[in-house]
Amino acid sequence: MPANRFNGFTDYGIGVGLRIPHYEHILEKKPVVGWFEIISENYMVDGGRPLAILDQILEQYRVVQHGVSMYFGSAERLNRDHLRRLKALVRRTQTPWLTDHLCWGSVDGRYSHDLLPMPYTFEAAKLTARKVRAARDFLEVPIAVENVSSYAEFHESEMTEWEFLNEVVERADCGILLDVNNIYVSSRNHDFNPYDYLNAVTPGRVAQIHIAGHSKFTRYILDTHDHPVIDPVWKLYEHAIRRVGPTATLLEWDDRIPSFGEVHAEARKAEKYLAAPALVTP
Amino acid sequence: MAADLMRRMAPGDRLAPETTAAYIKPNNRLTSRERLEIYTKSYWYRLLDSLYEDFPGLRAVLGQRAFARLAEAYLADKPSASWTLRNLGGRLEDWLRAHPDFAGQRLLLALDMIRLEWAHIEAFDGGVSPVLGPEDLLELGPHLRMGLQPYIRLVELSYPVDDLRIKVNSASCEHGAASNAVLKRKTGGLVRRIARLDREHIFLAVHRLDFTVYYRRLEPEEYAVLAALRAGRPVGRAVAAVSQASLARVETWFAAWAEMGWLCKG
Repeated sequence: MPANRFNGFTDYGIGVGLRIPHYEHILEKKPVVGWFEIISENYMVDGGRPLAILDQILEQYRVVQHGVSMYFGSAERLNRDHLRRLKALVRRTQTPWLTDHLCWGSVDGRYSHDLLPMPYTFEAAKLTARKVRAARDFLEVPIAVENVSSYAEFHESEMTEWEFLNEVVERADCGILLDVNNIYVSSRNHDFNPYDYLNAVTPGRVAQIHIAGHSKFTRYILDTHDHPVIDPVWKLYEHAIRRVGPTATLLEWDDRIPSFGEVHAEARKAEKYLAAPALVTP
Repeated sequence: MAADLMRRMAPGDRLAPETTAAYIKPNNRLTSRERLEIYTKSYWYRLLDSLYEDFPGLRAVLGQRAFARLAEAYLADKPSASWTLRNLGGRLEDWLRAHPDFAGQRLLLALDMIRLEWAHIEAFDGGVSPVLGPEDLLELGPHLRMGLQPYIRLVELSYPVDDLRIKVNSASCEHGAASNAVLKRKTGGLVRRIARLDREHIFLAVHRLDFTVYYRRLEPEEYAVLAALRAGRPVGRAVAAVSQASLARVETWFAAWAEMGWLCKG
């Protein structure tokens, strides 16, 4: 399970998101880190500091690309300029797999720069899967789609979120980036049992797992990536690992970012769960 | 269906309550509208934040309130048309020309600052070509072609906004380190400086060195030669218009440009 065709048959352990405030520490101290996840769009530029830093990181670390603006779920076609730049970056990083979100975010050439929830319909699943396949064919790298956290649901939906996720990945024959914090956030916002979600996911398609912290408000939870991971999310993670097997795991921390040591220590809490025996074999 | 729904839900649009309710389910804590508002509010925060970070000089020129009015109107009129927020301000100069009221008396100053700050963004992550080496200059002659590094931006301005932008930067760098009283004094000084700023025709190269963006003032003829090289003219034609008085300086200019790695194959 850890190594499968959706993560390029790799066996990566625990990774940390590469963030600007940590550049200096990483390049100077060279901490031992399993791998770094980069936000692809931050490096899809023609030159300058972003690419120079990335090249230094690539000399010493394994890097996996995570995107935020492919918008597989948008009704319009994939953006060719975006794809061309993404492919150039894929060649540069040699990422064994690539991830982006199961969401929409643009319409009629206007971009929201947000990960907007999909209407869970068969039509949307078909269209989304077609775009995932098209992107994979062009980029020539395995793709895994991430479940997003959401704050709204549509009347139009014909199935649950996890049924929709399965429908898309089966049709696209792609992997899943399973974000257990997002499952928790959405389960609280939409009143479903997060374990129903986890139990429905096809274990053999999980290429990678995300964990993160969030912010709790009176009437909803917001996926802010600015806190440590809370216990209920660690419990979900433990359950996910027991179902899926030890899988490449990444801690996201994007706002009010503490020191690299603190972020890395939080990520390494996943070690004890990764060492536990799996319940299910592929 | 998906396209229709997405079009109606496009952030930034003002939806009638009944339209929102027709698409979005309420729950026992939030109405349909409140659920949608979580997205619309974060849309506006995200985009306004992005403009706020990209145009600190324009904020200083207009003041916070006028800047906020301008940013909201600009985004409503020209929503992001790019997959990256980096390009969000790319149409701001043209937009402000068409909507001059948003800058009031400071229109020219604001336009200059926008041009400088956009050039700054482009110089930061613009492409780089192989630098011309001594072997490339062996055949130095009037027909030799050489280009200017793609990341360099040449800008002609009516106000010395380069100095102003550097002052704005240093004031914001000290934010956090300085006490409130010191900061207030510095901000007040900046406001007075803007109010007294006299027009001055300047020529700039916005470039980068060791991944940091710099503004270098150019002599008018130096600017003209660089602009000609950027336009693809051979060296001989690029320097043809240089006056007799400045000819002696041409060699110095080229030496300085080569030193900074500005020249590449044409």
